[in-house]
Amino acid sequence: MLDTFAVRAAATPSLLFPAVPDLVWGTISFAIILVLFIWKVVPRLNSALDARRDAIEGGLKRAEEAQAGAQDALEHYNAQLAEGRAEAARIREQARDEARVIRAELIEQATADAARITANAKTAIESERQSALVSLRAEVGSLAIDLASGVIGESLNDDKRSTAIVDRFLADLEAADRAGEVGRSKAKA
Amino acid sequence: MLIRLVVVVVLVLLLWLGTRRMKIIPTRAQVVVEFILGFVRNNIVVETLGEKDGKRFMSILMTIFFVTLGMNLTGVIPGLQIAGTSVIGLPLLMAVVAYVLFIYAGMRKYSWRFFKNALILPGVPKALTPFLALLEFLSTFILRPITLTLRLLMNMVAGHMLLLLCFSATEFFFFTVLANQGNPLGFLGIGTFAFGIAFTVLELFVAALQAYVITILAAIYIQMALADEH
Repeated sequence: MLDTFAVRAAATPSLLFPAVPDLVWGTISFAIILVLFIWKVVPRLNSALDARRDAIEGGLKRAEEAQAGAQDALEHYNAQLAEGRAEAARIREQARDEARVIRAELIEQATADAARITANAKTAIESERQSALVSLRAEVGSLAIDLASGVIGESLNDDKRSTAIVDRFLADLEAADRAGEVGRSKAKA
Repeated sequence: MLIRLVVVVVLVLLLWLGTRRMKIIPTRAQVVVEFILGFVRNNIVVETLGEKDGKRFMSILMTIFFVTLGMNLTGVIPGLQIAGTSVIGLPLLMAVVAYVLFIYAGMRKYSWRFFKNALILPGVPKALTPFLALLEFLSTFILRPITLTLRLLMNMVAGHMLLLLCFSATEFFFFTVLANQGNPLGFLGIGTFAFGIAFTVLELFVAALQAYVITILAAIYIQMALADEH
């Protein structure tokens, strides 16, 4: 045991006075580790910690932004909804107005159509009446001629003459009629 | 000297690989490395020096810690068995680094007034000022590096001596007393061996503790040098 101590003591030249190689190699070791720390370890550690802090802060910020975005979207949608409702009401009102206009137009047109049809009918009736009158006049004329022929026993078949007679007769008749009409309207007035 | 080389290589490998791919979401290995680095960073450096000054001295203080820790641990690693710090070279180096650091920090901030601040205390009677300045000078500029060196050195030497004693005694009891002389007193070797194991565990603890102590003392010296004028 004492031998071991003696060997140890011999191997360790002095406890308090450093050997030169001891100092040199210790310093070199220290320098290597120091360089490693300055160069790699501390920057890496700091960047990792910073990255983590950024990630956390960024996450919080993103969440806030998302919430603000959602709020904005909600307001936007609400505004849109209100706008849509107003729009719908406006369109309904417009449709109602248009319907009213269309109905009025239809009624007007129907009225016009009715008036037109009535007028046409009147015209048709008038023309019918005219044609009836003309044919009646011719018939009445021939009947009257026949009758008169029978009465006077003489043929009035000479067309030219008979036609002139009838025409004169009818003209007289019409003149009388017109005079009567005038008299009636005068009496009315 | 070979031990130092081994320690340096192991430290470089561990630190290099440990910090090679630092992710935001750490892997298990990264958590371990980050825990140790973070312990030195936050509990020693930042807590003592604050965020801003801590950053300036971070690298060198971390180096002091890890070199000391690595060299201390070789005292209990099988095959190496002697702490790199149980020879005076490294403890002295650490002390010199710490000494230069705190004087540099003070000079940088206060220039030559740093020495006046360190030596002359306010509110002291005029007559006592030189006497106290002498004491302050001794404690700050002479005793600090010496205590730093010797604290680390003696802790490691004492640990080494204890382990050596225990294991030498074990060998002596087992092989000389029991095997050669046939004396049952040789069974005492079991006790000394148990003590050896216990002291090995203690040495592990002391290795970490002394690394912590020397680093935090260096940080505190820097902090005192940077502190506002009294």
